[in-house]
Amino acid sequence: MKAQARVSGSIRRRLTLQLVGSAAVLAVLLFLLVLGFARRVAEESQDNILTASVTSILESVAVQDGALTADIPYAALSMLGNVSNDRVFYAIRTATEDLTGYGDLPRPDRDPRAGETLFLTADYKGDSLRLASAARTVSLEGQPLRVIASVAQTRNGQAATLERISAIAAVLGLGFFLVSAALAILAAQAAVKPLNDLAGSVSRRGPKDLRPVVAPVPSEMAPLVVSLNGFIARLKVSLARSEDFIAEAAHRVRTPLATVRTQAEVALRRVERPENRKALKEMIRAIDESSRAAGQLLDHAMVTFRTDSLERQDVSLADLTADLADRLGPVADLKEITLRLEALDPGRIEGDPILLQNAVRNILDNAIKYSPEDSCVDLVIEAGEGVVRLRVEDEGPGFPSGADKLTARFARGSNVSGTVGSGLGLTIAKEVAEAHGGKLKMENREGRGACVTLEFPAP
Amino acid sequence: MCHARIPRALRGGLRLLALSLLAWPALASAFEIEEQKRFDAIGVEVAVLKVISTADTDLFAPLIHSFQERNPGISVDYSEASSGEINKAILAGAGFDVAISSAMDLQTKLANDGHARSHRSAQTERLPAWANWRDTLFAFTQEPATIVVNPAHFEGLSIPRTRQELITLLRENQERFRGRIGTYDVRQSGLGYLFATQDSRASEGFWRLAEVMGGLRARLYCCSSDMIEDVASGRIAIAYNVLGSYAQARKDLADRIEIIEPEDFTTVMLRSVLIPSTAAAPEAAGAFVDHLLLAAWGGPEAATRAGYPFPPIDLSEQTARRPIRMGPGLLVYLDSLKRGRFLAEWEDAVLQE
Repeated sequence: MKAQARVSGSIRRRLTLQLVGSAAVLAVLLFLLVLGFARRVAEESQDNILTASVTSILESVAVQDGALTADIPYAALSMLGNVSNDRVFYAIRTATEDLTGYGDLPRPDRDPRAGETLFLTADYKGDSLRLASAARTVSLEGQPLRVIASVAQTRNGQAATLERISAIAAVLGLGFFLVSAALAILAAQAAVKPLNDLAGSVSRRGPKDLRPVVAPVPSEMAPLVVSLNGFIARLKVSLARSEDFIAEAAHRVRTPLATVRTQAEVALRRVERPENRKALKEMIRAIDESSRAAGQLLDHAMVTFRTDSLERQDVSLADLTADLADRLGPVADLKEITLRLEALDPGRIEGDPILLQNAVRNILDNAIKYSPEDSCVDLVIEAGEGVVRLRVEDEGPGFPSGADKLTARFARGSNVSGTVGSGLGLTIAKEVAEAHGGKLKMENREGRGACVTLEFPAP
Repeated sequence: MCHARIPRALRGGLRLLALSLLAWPALASAFEIEEQKRFDAIGVEVAVLKVISTADTDLFAPLIHSFQERNPGISVDYSEASSGEINKAILAGAGFDVAISSAMDLQTKLANDGHARSHRSAQTERLPAWANWRDTLFAFTQEPATIVVNPAHFEGLSIPRTRQELITLLRENQERFRGRIGTYDVRQSGLGYLFATQDSRASEGFWRLAEVMGGLRARLYCCSSDMIEDVASGRIAIAYNVLGSYAQARKDLADRIEIIEPEDFTTVMLRSVLIPSTAAAPEAAGAFVDHLLLAAWGGPEAATRAGYPFPPIDLSEQTARRPIRMGPGLLVYLDSLKRGRFLAEWEDAVLQE
């Protein structure tokens, strides 16, 4: 079962969204700025040329033979045509009279002062106009007369320019946004990388690895790592304490149990009444079970301790198995079980001989225990592709379904109620195999019997 | 002064009178049409296209026929009028669908003042920027202002190639050319006024020439065609600022006249077409404008197929040719004060009675 954590949001996503959001805001701002700037420049350039035009028209106003007249220079209007294909209107007027041009052109809001050009945006003949007006005073029959010249141009050219620029600005804004968004994603990834690294290194650890985290981390994560290391240290202490406690307890129980067993056997010889003998036999059996459990608890504690700091030596699995088979021979003989050793390979591996012995003994123990009387247990040592294997095959009842749970501590098969056992044997074998980088496989043989395989990587 | 035209104008006037009784009584006095001809639709008539133009009906007939072959449902009502009258007609909103004129300034002013409808199509895209003003005014010819001479009058003299040579020739041979020079009466002819104003912009020499012509009592004409005929007939020896396209079109007179494009500079007029904003059949008008533009700008093959009657458009750079640029500059000489001054000066120079 995979451990679940309550998740609320993601730092990376939040960071990315915030950065992308600000990039979007900046992009829009950039677009508006460029557009506003372009609009001002376009307006100014139109105003400038209108000023030039209106000035040259105004300069052409003169008094001739007692009448106001104007000789509009060709360039005054043609220069407007050079810039854009806009419609052009002009008027030369006094406060009360139209001298020439488009008399119905809108007038400026007030009289322009000398040297001043007034601008106006207005609608005229169905188009939006930019109108520039300037004025000067001429002397007509001794009287000063204010003459106002106006030149107007439609704004289609300006609109077209703005459209072009706004397209450019939009591309610019979009490009800016895309680049910033990409950078934001990268930045967010970089920001959470140390966190991911830490999580990865912690989650990659083996179940027994309780070393403190030593890899350097950013200062923001230092408190977390300090707490984590403290936590690991406390856990380690607490685990060690409980293992010590169990070993101590098992040890303390085992010695008096041996005494009790001896006493019980002595008593068995003395009593003769069958019901008393039966009770004593039951007692001996219970004592055996308890002492075996205590032994395995001790073994387990030892295995746990030794796997923490694994000692590696050159070990021959074949020799080790043969030795154990010899030692367990008398036990097997009691049930008339034949142990057949078949060493197809010396089975050389690097490992802790005591642990390996313990594992193999537990498997052999199990095999003998669950085999029927007068049967065979095959011990096969062979080499595969990069692995060395010990296969233990018996003719017992085999594993019930759900055999993989049997390697959990104190778990026992559903079909073994008649046999003494603690449920720690396979757990120990599995832990030893895994400590050596190998594994324990449990299968049922075809027909009848179980097959337990210890597999180690070849050195 | 428009001697040769009087009967024709009278004819047109009478026709107009008849028409005005039928169609536009209110506008009858507003403008004058010289000639009107109806080209009936080839198929079932679905639209009538009313064209008003300065170009001779005969000149335009092939273009109209080719247009009707492509658009068999459209009848074309072609009215011939002077550029000034066309201007008046459009200003009065006389329901024409297409206005074709050689007076670029008046056409530009109509477009500028919002009397033209904009038109965009594949054909208008084809035009260079200088031939399309605001998608409302489209140029479809290039017609140089030329000097047409009768070589028979130049015995022992070389034919002038520049304005300066013309001035020198006239000054040195005053008796031979007195009363034998013709030019536009710029007070009457819109095109004449346009040519004269552009000449005055281009060179101060124009006023010297005007003075010399005035001193030799130049005859004044309303139209290029009259000047060409008078040169051919020997009535006058030199006609100044004559539409070269018209002179070239008169193949029958080719052996009696010589057409000179002045080498100092040649003003080039662009005949232009617009669709008035009051057009009743704008779609047919658009089709007609497209037909015209394809004929003009679609290359020699398209021109031949459409019966394009003008010299092909020349896009090569010729230093002497000065095309008149469409645009607001043309409004300047239409300014009433400016026009008054110009005409006064012109009268001073040319009318030296």
